[in-house]
Amino acid sequence: MSNDIQKFQDPGLPEHVHRKTDVDPKAADRAERQVAVLFILSALSTVLAIYSYIFIADDLFFFLPVMGDTNAHQLFLGLGMAFALLFIGLGLVHWAKMLMPDTEVIAERHELRSPDEDRSDFVRTVKEQAGAAGLGRRSLIKRTLGLALGISALTPLVMLRDLGPLPKKKLEQTSWKKGTRLVTDPGDRPIRPEDLEVGAVAQVLPELVEGKERHLSDIAKDAVLLIRLRPSEFQLDAERLSWTHDGIIAFSKICSHMGCAVALYEQQTKHLLCPCHQSTFDVTRAAKVIFGPSARPLPQLAITVDADGYLVAQQPFTESVGPSYWERSS
Amino acid sequence: MSKIERIGGNVAGYVDDRTGAAKWLRKNLTKVFPDHWSFMLGEVVLYSFIILLLSGTFLTFWFDPSQREVIYQGSYEPLKDIKMSAAYASTLHISFDVRGGLLMRQIHHWAALIFMAGMIAHLMRVFFTGAFRKPREANWLIGVGLVTLGIVEGFLGYSLPDDLLSGTGIRIAEAIIQALPVVGSYLAFFAFGGAFPGEAFIPRIFTVHVLLLPGIFLALITVHLMLVWYQKHTQYPGPGRTEKNVVGYPLMPIYMAKAGGFFFIVFGVTALLGAVASINPIWLYGPYNPGQISAGSQPDFYMGWLDGLVRMAPPIETHAFGHTISWNILIPGLIIPGILFTLMAVYPFIESWMTGDKSEHHILERPRNNPNRTAIGAMSLAFILVVLINGGNDIIATNFHLTINQIMWFTRIGVIVIPPLVFVITKRICLSLQRADREKVLHGRETGRLVMLPHGEFVEVHEELTPEQKFTLTQHEQPAALVVPNADANGVLNPQGLKGKIRARFSQAHVEQIQAPTESEAKALEGGHH
Repeated sequence: MSNDIQKFQDPGLPEHVHRKTDVDPKAADRAERQVAVLFILSALSTVLAIYSYIFIADDLFFFLPVMGDTNAHQLFLGLGMAFALLFIGLGLVHWAKMLMPDTEVIAERHELRSPDEDRSDFVRTVKEQAGAAGLGRRSLIKRTLGLALGISALTPLVMLRDLGPLPKKKLEQTSWKKGTRLVTDPGDRPIRPEDLEVGAVAQVLPELVEGKERHLSDIAKDAVLLIRLRPSEFQLDAERLSWTHDGIIAFSKICSHMGCAVALYEQQTKHLLCPCHQSTFDVTRAAKVIFGPSARPLPQLAITVDADGYLVAQQPFTESVGPSYWERSS
Repeated sequence: MSKIERIGGNVAGYVDDRTGAAKWLRKNLTKVFPDHWSFMLGEVVLYSFIILLLSGTFLTFWFDPSQREVIYQGSYEPLKDIKMSAAYASTLHISFDVRGGLLMRQIHHWAALIFMAGMIAHLMRVFFTGAFRKPREANWLIGVGLVTLGIVEGFLGYSLPDDLLSGTGIRIAEAIIQALPVVGSYLAFFAFGGAFPGEAFIPRIFTVHVLLLPGIFLALITVHLMLVWYQKHTQYPGPGRTEKNVVGYPLMPIYMAKAGGFFFIVFGVTALLGAVASINPIWLYGPYNPGQISAGSQPDFYMGWLDGLVRMAPPIETHAFGHTISWNILIPGLIIPGILFTLMAVYPFIESWMTGDKSEHHILERPRNNPNRTAIGAMSLAFILVVLINGGNDIIATNFHLTINQIMWFTRIGVIVIPPLVFVITKRICLSLQRADREKVLHGRETGRLVMLPHGEFVEVHEELTPEQKFTLTQHEQPAALVVPNADANGVLNPQGLKGKIRARFSQAHVEQIQAPTESEAKALEGGHH
């Protein structure tokens, strides 16, 4: 583009247009009264808030369209507070817009860069200081300082070591052992096969060993889902079929993806669905993943019945339950 | 002299006697701030941060950040005699037995959502208007840092009550930590003080949530604002506005009154939401139990896109040499977000590399006048929106009678196809808008008024723009593409050969635009008419 082509010129800041309140004293007085009304409304709202706090019972409910049953104490306290604040804000803005000088002013903007002289002075000083410290020449100092500073950051890291124990084998182990009874959760009652109808689902936990308590971290690994199908509906290999008992199959309830509880069972399709990320497992095929982000089936717990006819584990889980981790070997 | 003026004079004198700051203060009290509605977005964020500090402090007076097991004995009947953590029980206590407690909880949660939404809107404003260009790159970086920490802070905050929904969120966070190669299970055990969930996590994240992160926020926000102050605010183009000036209102009194008033309005709106709009009703979810879950588990919106990415990941794990790598967690949970945030942080530097532009900019660009950047922004938003849709796939499926499979496959394909499509469409729209501007400047505004000429022809009356409007529509710079020669005059190959070519190609794409009309053109046209 050559220089003789002319861009549109900047006509400069448009002339200031006076507001009605600038030229008409009556309008200005009216605006003042409007602002005052807003501030008074705010004060009244504060009174409403404090009145509600003290005098409206906090168990008083009433029906409001759209909102349904509403707690009067909470609603009026909140409304009082909200309007107290809103009206202050509206008053201030109205005051500023109507009565404060609204002429736009122009301020100069200076280039952030310093004048060349200052700048070269500054650069020279930095160079001189760097030179005086001798960092360029004394590389031994530079390197050892780097080493010392770098390594000193390790202390706070090392001191975080006692945040927790080492994982050891804990991620692989659950409380399930050979012969552990399956008990209902909640209720802790042992279960017989005949307690479950075909199509039924139950969440179970390992029976507590006497004198031991059950922690949430136990449930996070031990939770198991029992599902009863018709034995003919299974499509399992011989080993996995031997892990079921009379149509009852048991899977870890802890998702093999990210550890959520796989709690949605669709009776028609016999699919288990994790509500977190929708990994879907086919119960008839040993919880094979048929959809979603999980890469592994849910671990199956081998079950049978003991001498008293209660469901028990045949053996511990043969693989780690829950999400994957680096040391997981299968 | 009125009484208030005399007092004001005395105060000013008192301050200057003790600080000698008269010159500096005078200059800064009359500091000029440009006015535009989009500049209020950052203010919303600042004010909601203050609301968060105030309401959060109130909540700490009753909240007990402990996972010690207690039996609930408060006034919420459905959960009476149930075992739960002290954290959950004290949250119930705040909700039902502290007057105004539920209100404050809801104000705190709404303020957090407004804080995040405000940051995202502010970030978009800064991006689409090019406000991040030199000299404001540092403030862009601080902003990206604040958004990142905001996501973490919000997640930790809604995790504190230890209810069934948030506990599930922590479980997922634990799985992400555990998925890290080599160190994952160690880090998880350190963070949780043993096996998940343990009793250490809530007290620990409480300290991070109420002390460490707010402290970092305060420091970063202070620097952010000081830089805005020192570098002076950017302004939109218009008559009288140049790179060398700031046009607006002085800080005292009008800007202070408006900004102060706006703080109360933001606080008032947040309180109104807290009063009438129920949010995070934790008593409906029950206490956390790793063996239970509720259907339709959803994080807050600023985590939803991450959840959507995790949901759409293909089921890939590597099992080799006795070790497992969960690509289905690492890629959507860490690698893609890491790449996205890094690209966002370094974008100012990428753009300045593409354009070779090293000059200062204080006049904002209208998004249409930088089609490539606007298209990149729209493309990124499209990406986030598609994965966010997948983050709510279960909710969408039930509300629109679709299957999760349909939504999952739509978004799996859409996340690859839609963003580039949006890029192309946005760029075309920007160029069309530039053409429309050109048309308007040269031929005037279509008034919609039809006039019949004496010989029967109908024409639409075009109204000429004012000089102010013409200037606003044509003032933007239109730099030429970088020329990176392949070889110099002596035929010596440019050592930057390939890199230079790539740069030239990017630069070419970046400067693609419609020639802005000039006064010369307008005059020539006028001549043609007569």
